[in-house]
Amino acid sequence: MAACAALVALVGLAATPAPEVPAAKSTPPASSKLSVTLPGELSFAFKPGPGSTAAMTYCLTCHSSAYVSTQPPLDRAHWDAEVTKMRKAFGAPIPDKDAADIVDYLTANYGKQS
Amino acid sequence: MQTSRRSFLVGSGALAASGALVAPASAEQIVRGVFANGDRPLVAFPQKRPLMVLTPRPPQLETPFAIFDQGVFTPNDAFFVRWHLADIPTSIDAAKHRIRVGGAVGKPLVLSLADLRRMPAVEIAAVNQCSGNSRGFFEPRPAGGQWQNGAMGNALWKGVRLREILDRAGLDAAAKQVQFNGLERPTLPATPDFKKSLDVDVARGDDVLVAYEMNGKPLPLLNGFPVRLVVPGWYSTYWVKMLSEIMVLDHVDDQFWMKTAYRIPDTPNHSVAPTDTGFATIPINRMVVRSFVTNITDGGALKSGRTAVRGIAFDGGSGIKSVDISTDGGATWAPAALETDYGRYSFRRWNAAVILDGGKTYALACRAAGNDGGTQTTTAIWNAGGYMRNVIQQYKVTVT
Repeated sequence: MAACAALVALVGLAATPAPEVPAAKSTPPASSKLSVTLPGELSFAFKPGPGSTAAMTYCLTCHSSAYVSTQPPLDRAHWDAEVTKMRKAFGAPIPDKDAADIVDYLTANYGKQS
Repeated sequence: MQTSRRSFLVGSGALAASGALVAPASAEQIVRGVFANGDRPLVAFPQKRPLMVLTPRPPQLETPFAIFDQGVFTPNDAFFVRWHLADIPTSIDAAKHRIRVGGAVGKPLVLSLADLRRMPAVEIAAVNQCSGNSRGFFEPRPAGGQWQNGAMGNALWKGVRLREILDRAGLDAAAKQVQFNGLERPTLPATPDFKKSLDVDVARGDDVLVAYEMNGKPLPLLNGFPVRLVVPGWYSTYWVKMLSEIMVLDHVDDQFWMKTAYRIPDTPNHSVAPTDTGFATIPINRMVVRSFVTNITDGGALKSGRTAVRGIAFDGGSGIKSVDISTDGGATWAPAALETDYGRYSFRRWNAAVILDGGKTYALACRAAGNDGGTQTTTAIWNAGGYMRNVIQQYKVTVT
């Protein structure tokens, strides 16, 4: 009931009867500790091919290959912009040569040829 | 009704044991994509039922849309997940967790969960929606998390008003914004830590909470256990998870996640043409009004005769004024009935009935309006971030 009253007071439902809100209990958890195991990469992996080693070396430091494979097919300019963003905005330490290889790899394997 | 939803919440909470096993890859079911590269494996992450995996690391998990037909509140184990940085604590002792409050304040604070639980508790029903929900439907498609429509959920959030905390610390006259940080960390030191800021007047609003419960239970770890910021009406980028630091700034936050990321064009409907340049941008903020049919899918088949149509609507906190439905793609409209009001930030369920003739195809559509006059767009907006989509949804159905 207290929860219900708080909700009504907050949202000011002047013209509406008090809604029945599920009675959320506020019992603290039995244990305050929570541990989970995250699943890692699941079955996501970069496609094999020239440049895949550079992609695996640098991209996988921070994120799964699914960050690439779920994108729409991007053209070279867009993949280049993404790699540049990773280097400039997110500080990925990718040398110029590897960055160029990664752009080629992404365009060839996850890109739109245009 | 009440009883069945309640027992559903309790039942789903019972699955939320710590260290729940992850389904093996061989057991993966796939939700087939509705756009290119849109196939998503269904995998149960810890404390979660099988959800659509956009990315496993950092985790981005989408709620299958059928869940939204099952009740006005989204179960914790079905609630979408979105992290920015891969170094996420996987073991947390809530009893040892602290929130540090500092910066332009009279008295810095260090608060425990026990401290929060001793303060006045407030509970609010509110939609939490990703800024980029539905990004996968933008055309041309921008890079970013390729969500369908399930990067949203509605929950009952319980916690303490942020204003209570700020008032205890005492804001300096020079205070301009309040910056929030959580335990999520980048894997590289050069990567900007994820921090978000609100103007002081927004942060001191009646409804901004530091929340330690979600639907009557502790938050799942992947939704920010043990405590997260809740900013009803605003996109979830501001709802910082595993909240650990509240820093009052005497300036407008100029770090990456405010100055560069999550910006929207300062144009009508925050829309531009893909070729436009030179327009001003502002930080994303309040949500725009949306509505969805939850019991019929686009491309579905229906039997002729009287058909129930039901769904949800929500906006940025003015509350839903009306929902209309159409069977002719939006040429003509009829009002739907609004169901129980759980507050102006909540999903509002609605229902209607339509008569459909066999041997025809129909374009069903729904549109909502907010109490503030907000409406959905008839054609989709576009911006490079893929943010704030709220086009009137259409559902093409074949009737036999």
